[in-house]
Amino acid sequence: MISEKPKLAVWKFASCDGCQLSLLDCEDQLLALADHILIANFPEASRAVIDGPYDLSLVEGSITTPDDSERIQMVRRQSKYLISIGACATSGGIQALRNSAKVEELIDMVYASPQYISTLDTSSPISAHVKVDFELRGCPVNKEQLLEVINAFLHQRKPNISPHSVCIECKKRGTPCVMVTQGKPCMGPITQAGCGAICPAYHRSCFGCYGAMESPNTQSLASWMGKLGVANDDIYRMFSAYNVEDPDFKQEGNRHNGDAS
Amino acid sequence: MSGDTSGKQKDTRTIKVDYLARVEGEGALYLKIQGNTLEEVKLKIFEPPRFFEGLLRERKFTEAADITSRICGICPVAYQMSAIHAMENACGARVMGSLRELRRLFYCGEWISSHTLHIYMLHAPDFLGYPSAIEMAKDFPEVVERGLQLKKIGNEIMKLMGGREIHPINARIGGFYRLPSPEELAGLRERLMHARDLAFETVKWTGTLTFPQFSQDYTFVALHHPDEYPMNEGRIVSNKGLDIDASEFEAHFEEQHVEHSNALHCVMKPGDKSYHVGPMARYAINFDTLPDEIKQAAQAAGLGRACYNPFQSIIVRAVEVLYAVTEAIRIIDSYTAPKHSAVDIKPRAATGFAVTEAPRGLLYHRYKIDDHGLIENANIVPPTSQNQKMIQDDLSRFVLTCIEQPDEKIQYLCEQAIRNYDPCISCATHFLKLKVDRQ
Repeated sequence: MISEKPKLAVWKFASCDGCQLSLLDCEDQLLALADHILIANFPEASRAVIDGPYDLSLVEGSITTPDDSERIQMVRRQSKYLISIGACATSGGIQALRNSAKVEELIDMVYASPQYISTLDTSSPISAHVKVDFELRGCPVNKEQLLEVINAFLHQRKPNISPHSVCIECKKRGTPCVMVTQGKPCMGPITQAGCGAICPAYHRSCFGCYGAMESPNTQSLASWMGKLGVANDDIYRMFSAYNVEDPDFKQEGNRHNGDAS
Repeated sequence: MSGDTSGKQKDTRTIKVDYLARVEGEGALYLKIQGNTLEEVKLKIFEPPRFFEGLLRERKFTEAADITSRICGICPVAYQMSAIHAMENACGARVMGSLRELRRLFYCGEWISSHTLHIYMLHAPDFLGYPSAIEMAKDFPEVVERGLQLKKIGNEIMKLMGGREIHPINARIGGFYRLPSPEELAGLRERLMHARDLAFETVKWTGTLTFPQFSQDYTFVALHHPDEYPMNEGRIVSNKGLDIDASEFEAHFEEQHVEHSNALHCVMKPGDKSYHVGPMARYAINFDTLPDEIKQAAQAAGLGRACYNPFQSIIVRAVEVLYAVTEAIRIIDSYTAPKHSAVDIKPRAATGFAVTEAPRGLLYHRYKIDDHGLIENANIVPPTSQNQKMIQDDLSRFVLTCIEQPDEKIQYLCEQAIRNYDPCISCATHFLKLKVDRQ
């Protein structure tokens, strides 16, 4: 098939499907999007597959099996641009919690007859395996940001994705600071913006699902959390969740991990 | 996706679909046919396991709802609801009144959105002969547009009640972090009135599709509640005499590991029988609790009091969308704001159980927590692992009805038969066993 339209492919690795679902959640833009790009390989949406190479590949999920570590190489070879989307693809996701578990303990925990399953002992981000042209953060990604990134790559420009913290989004939204006014420990000051600061607007503190912002001062925040009376274990858990393998979060988490020797 | 239908020898045919399309997650199908006999059917799930039950250990009881929602981006509300109810059950608490109603409203959003996604984007293209809804939209723009609009309104409920559509952030043990304002609910109500028209049309339209003749004597299992079509609460009931509490689930159902799949098959004891969960089971067991006008719409679209043809599940889903829209309007109309957005619930050392009705069927959670609310162990049984054996059983019977057709046609029909269950492979595979293959 000959097409003038740029070819888009969507790939899934270990994930919940939520980030690629964001594309189908663009109810108002989906059909218009399909007018401008050829959705060439998107198994969740279509059984028709057009062979690569692809102009743009969106990659969801983390690498957790030997087969997938091969498959991501194939994806890279076929893709002009490769964008990893979501916390699993950009930092290994919640399933990377297993990376710090002792493998033997984990085997005991997950019951019997393991001979049918093959898995690596870690969950790692796409960038640990291949060159990634852009990483869009979030658990899940924000669909407006997803459209912006697709648009930017199709027009060969830099995506307009701000690197600042969630705090700026709270200010823009006019949400009073939950940490200052209510004394709730909040990950907002060190978390990459993009969600629109939903949690504080819902009277809840940010739990860092977009991962660390650029140059975060994690130590200062953790020390403020300590002053608010948050136990060390709880600080550890806050840094060790949806982006546990994010280097900044991981380092700070380890400082508060009672089990770490 | 096109499959491999080669491998033709004189009498042995193998039909393989290496990557099932329009399902959530990664699965494959393998059929081996000898002459006119079906030798083997395998629904293979190769989605990588993510070991959630292991990850939940030593996390706080308050974290389970957010963590388990990451099992599935298509039905995060179901995970949040089952986790929260199970934790409340462990703590000896029940949330009633307006907060209970708001949880139902929240769940309605997910039913509308998830079912509509499946009806229009994943399943309808099979009936009309298109590879995708996007291709289908070229010939049936108003149909696809109707689906997108309806799905969007489901998402709007989740966005209001949950903060966002995928992995919402507002539900918590005891209630919500934030209550919706009267203005927000009034705005939503207006949108729901529009959704009601779209949902009626959807029921009518699904009734006009052509269905293969394939009725089965299913064992249906669903929640049953005396006063309402079930979402968050009820007893686990079957059409063949089962009637148990959520805490008895593991005494009656067992997960088994089969070699070709990364997901567990859940079977009913004794005898390791397959059973059917999801819209058809809910509908058959709870038809009487539907409002009259919805019963009439269902019957006008060709359904009886129960539906035994899995290809007609698309009509049942449409009926449930109509119900969810109608129920959401009822909840808004009768709503009075509770005093607090959540009731305070303290942890205690105990085990809690809950079953709620995810769009795809029963979702069972069990947690054992300690006095500080730390999770000692967890067990989660999603609907797709319960339906997996049923899908295989359907396929082995269904293939016999079309075994003389060309391989491409058999493959197409089998894919459609799998999609009858709206399988969510991401869900079914979250927990599996582990073999470490060190690099």
